[in-house]
Amino acid sequence: MPSTRDIRRRIKSVKNTAQITKAMEKVASAKMRKAQQAALAGRPYVDLMNGMLAAATASAGEFTHPLMEQRPVKKRAVIVVSTDKGLCGSLNTNLLREAGRFDAESSLFLTAGRKSEQWTARAKRTVAERFTYRDNPKFSEAMAICRKACELFTSGEVDQVDIVFTNFISTLNQKPLVRQLLPIIELKPLSASVKDEESTASVPESKVSEFQFEPTATDVLGSLLPKYVNYQIYQVLLEAKASEHSSRMVAMKNATDNAKQLVKDLTLEYNKIRQANITKELLEITSAAMAMGN
Amino acid sequence: MATLRLEIVTPEARVFSADVENVTLPGVDGQLGIYPMHVPLMTQISCGELVIRQNGATRHLAVGDGFVEITGERVAVLTEMAIDTDHINEAEVEKARKEAEERLKKQLNDEEIAVTEAALAHAITQLEVKRRRSEGV
Repeated sequence: MPSTRDIRRRIKSVKNTAQITKAMEKVASAKMRKAQQAALAGRPYVDLMNGMLAAATASAGEFTHPLMEQRPVKKRAVIVVSTDKGLCGSLNTNLLREAGRFDAESSLFLTAGRKSEQWTARAKRTVAERFTYRDNPKFSEAMAICRKACELFTSGEVDQVDIVFTNFISTLNQKPLVRQLLPIIELKPLSASVKDEESTASVPESKVSEFQFEPTATDVLGSLLPKYVNYQIYQVLLEAKASEHSSRMVAMKNATDNAKQLVKDLTLEYNKIRQANITKELLEITSAAMAMGN
Repeated sequence: MATLRLEIVTPEARVFSADVENVTLPGVDGQLGIYPMHVPLMTQISCGELVIRQNGATRHLAVGDGFVEITGERVAVLTEMAIDTDHINEAEVEKARKEAEERLKKQLNDEEIAVTEAALAHAITQLEVKRRRSEGV
């Protein structure tokens, strides 16, 4: 049976842990709000760009662009967008499970975030380049990734580029997602699973089939396509950050709750032992008194 | 009277979304005036001034590079920047312009150069549009 002192010590250490996780929860929730806002604010732009591109390619006729070229996929590149730090629940585990599905032989990996970097080393995958991105992702960071991906694709080194990231659905729900980035063939909105009512209502689908272009279709699409890829990656970074902070906040909240429960249980046990000790002492005193009295 | 549904979206937010009478865009080949029933058109815009006429009133916006999708009843503007001239703080923008110029002098990688140049172009556009407004031209 542990002594009261042991239990007291444990209670103290668990309380300390709870304090730390509580602080981390607070920090994560502050960051989460910002990151979520950024991710949600970026969505209409990417969605509109999507719609425009879909309409444009539909009426551009025989237009081809290096970024749209479809080839048999012999080799592919995979961009893995993970977090830098741990302590965010099952986020990275789920993400890297998706990333692990790609064939190790024929896939080239581009990593963003330290966790995916460590994973490529551990799982022995070929890495083309490592990228980092900050807590509030910068557009230039997305550009760097985009440039490398486009370079790999247009040079013919890879025939397809996929991106693996965690899509932000809600504070309690984030989902790892695999999207084909290049070649640009299917124009699905990034956040298909989360259609907010407002955006669908205010941006009606354009039903016009034939668009004119000014100056020319080649000019317009030629500059729209690279931008599209770029913003897509940028939005992915924002979504990943929003997911990370949400997931971390929830994980830390759970940790704090668990610690509090543990303190409660330990206190109960501590009191029980204390009570038992007092009873024992009383018993000893009374039995001693009785012995003396006789 | 027929109206146009104008949507202006930037990476940060949906800046404008309402029915307007007409809109003037800074197209790459010169100004474009768009009225309702315009022929479907897909075009690019460059840094400059975007003029909205809504219920008889005019609003001026400084916009950055972007793309426009025009149908008979809707104009969707996709741009990196869109700021109402009334909200432009000249002193602040001037400061941003100086900072961007300073940064361009330093050693930067390609991405940073591109971003800084864009910031500089945005600042210059804002200043130009703002000054033109305050001169009342």
